[in-house]
Amino acid sequence: MEATPPNPKLSDQEIERDILAPLRRPPGRVWWASVVLLAAVFVWGLVAWAWQIHRGLGVTGMNAPVFWGFYIINFVFFIGISHAGTLVSAILRLTKARWRYPLTRVAEAITLFSLPFGAMSVVVDLGRPDRLLNVIHFPHLTSPILWDVICISTYLVGSATYLYLPLIPDIALCRDKLTEAGPFKRWLYRIGALGWTGTARQAAVLEKAVAVMAVLITPIAVSVHTVVSWIFATTANPMWHSTIFGPYFVVGAIYSGIGALVVAMTIMRRAWRLEKYLTPHIYDYLGQLFLVMCCLWTYFTFGEYLITYLGRSPTERVVWMDKFVGAYAWPFWGMIVACLVIPMAVLCRKRTRTPGWMTFAASAVLLGMWLERYLIVVPTKAHPFLSWGVGHYKPSWVEWSVLASWCAGFALAFFLFFRLYPCISVWEIKEGQKHE
Amino acid sequence: MRWGMVIDLDRCIHCQACAVACSTENNLALGSPQEAADDRLIRWLQFLPEIEGEYPHVSARLTPMMCQHCDDPPCTFVCPVSATYLSPDGTVAQIYWRCIGCRFCVNACPYTMKWFNWYLPRWPGQTSRATNPDVELRDKGVTEKCTLCHHRLQLAKEQAKLEGRPLRPGEYVPACVEACPTEAIVFGDLDDPASEVSRLRRDQRSFTYLEELGTKPKVAYLKARAGLRGLK
Repeated sequence: MEATPPNPKLSDQEIERDILAPLRRPPGRVWWASVVLLAAVFVWGLVAWAWQIHRGLGVTGMNAPVFWGFYIINFVFFIGISHAGTLVSAILRLTKARWRYPLTRVAEAITLFSLPFGAMSVVVDLGRPDRLLNVIHFPHLTSPILWDVICISTYLVGSATYLYLPLIPDIALCRDKLTEAGPFKRWLYRIGALGWTGTARQAAVLEKAVAVMAVLITPIAVSVHTVVSWIFATTANPMWHSTIFGPYFVVGAIYSGIGALVVAMTIMRRAWRLEKYLTPHIYDYLGQLFLVMCCLWTYFTFGEYLITYLGRSPTERVVWMDKFVGAYAWPFWGMIVACLVIPMAVLCRKRTRTPGWMTFAASAVLLGMWLERYLIVVPTKAHPFLSWGVGHYKPSWVEWSVLASWCAGFALAFFLFFRLYPCISVWEIKEGQKHE
Repeated sequence: MRWGMVIDLDRCIHCQACAVACSTENNLALGSPQEAADDRLIRWLQFLPEIEGEYPHVSARLTPMMCQHCDDPPCTFVCPVSATYLSPDGTVAQIYWRCIGCRFCVNACPYTMKWFNWYLPRWPGQTSRATNPDVELRDKGVTEKCTLCHHRLQLAKEQAKLEGRPLRPGEYVPACVEACPTEAIVFGDLDDPASEVSRLRRDQRSFTYLEELGTKPKVAYLKARAGLRGLK
């Protein structure tokens, strides 16, 4: 991929003006309406959760033998989305691809804000969330759940740092330019900027710190989704016990992460009029990367299903058949359409790698990847090893509410954050212009 | 001591007295028809239906099954808080007050023989006064399972200690073993090669379920001599 800055004819003042504009503008009616709606949905989910804590997990659709359902699916889904930040930001930073400049901040924010919702999904799934700290009081290190606790908390700290470091010069910019902001915002900017003045020494230290973080965060991200997959793969269950689950999950995570990134980009581009920065060029480049992940995901999925079928294990064959032609055929073929047919058709041609089409494909991928996790969690549990009969699972209103709530909460955190801080890295865009 | 049992499928008459004895002994709440319809009843001992052949040559069998008390249990490996563990006397134990209710162990059990309290167990009317005082009542949100009536072992051990003698064979038996009218379930110490249970484990008919998974169950079965027999 060739390295082109988004638009080579912009002056520093223009860049600052454009990107800080959404922070200066008082929130409009659409913004308020969205925030109120998202907050309402988010709070509704918390109410549903409170009801579940009061009554017990019986208010969900889970049962014996389908002991895991929506919550674990959401866990894998949100942790998966968090891989957007690492890939686009760290990998593209490491490969010095310059078209990444307008994307890094958004990608890193997706990482940071989706992680807590992933982690919270597990807490919601617990029968006894009040005993959560038992994992620290009585840690049992052979449990993949404990590996998750370790990896995800490391990733959370790492990605917060990785979002914050490149944000420092921009916070300083806000401190200097947004003098008309309220006292709370001004205080936030003053504290957050850590006395940044942009001296050569400060710049060198920052450059180094960001580079080190980019190297560190990549293996951490890989470890996170690998151990998430091992929650399934370390058990002997049919179609869970797979050696390729680690890389398969990492690839799926990055795939859905790019999907989330494309959707977020498009919303911001429209809402905050950033067409000048989030150009069709960037969509084109990101679309090619998206296509690569689509191919990788397809390759893994094909291999997984082909080899499982040919393995002739009767317990696996039963689950396999139920997904292909049985009770789970709709979600399965829906997943194939959403994760393979639609994105492949859209992404393989330059003509359709446009913001509109890509957003359509990205939405399909998000839906499809959620279905993929559904197809991993539920059909396996519905078919126990012994002849106990086929299990069933019908999610309850509580589980739907929590799913909606988590999506709303994620979007809300995202919007609120970018009311305070620039959504595009100003100093990196400027840097990019200088290289031209 | 390594407690284990052998169930003779030729002797079993599917009367399910063992299941009733187990539920009463271990304070398993009766549950509601709704919970039964939702597949949420907790029964530590259940009858596994096995059907072989095609119509009209079908034979069916019900096999009494409880936690198989594996020597290499997949469930204890995955517990994040060591709430379930292999105790020194060989039973797979569960600490209710430590369990966080993640249900990982339940999912790891290939026999599907661990149970989850989806609600707070209810004891309507007089049933609340008929519970076994030796066995703890469970709270909502925790996993539970067959303990081989561990409380009975405690009582037997205390009695033996009081009398200053070792535990005698047959002094400690779980409720299911005691209730079986045909003596189909033999219980004892697998470490003692002379015990009845050890002898039956060496019998040609002896097998364990899902042996290929390497879980090394301490509950074994004696094959019915005529293959799948019974409800013809």
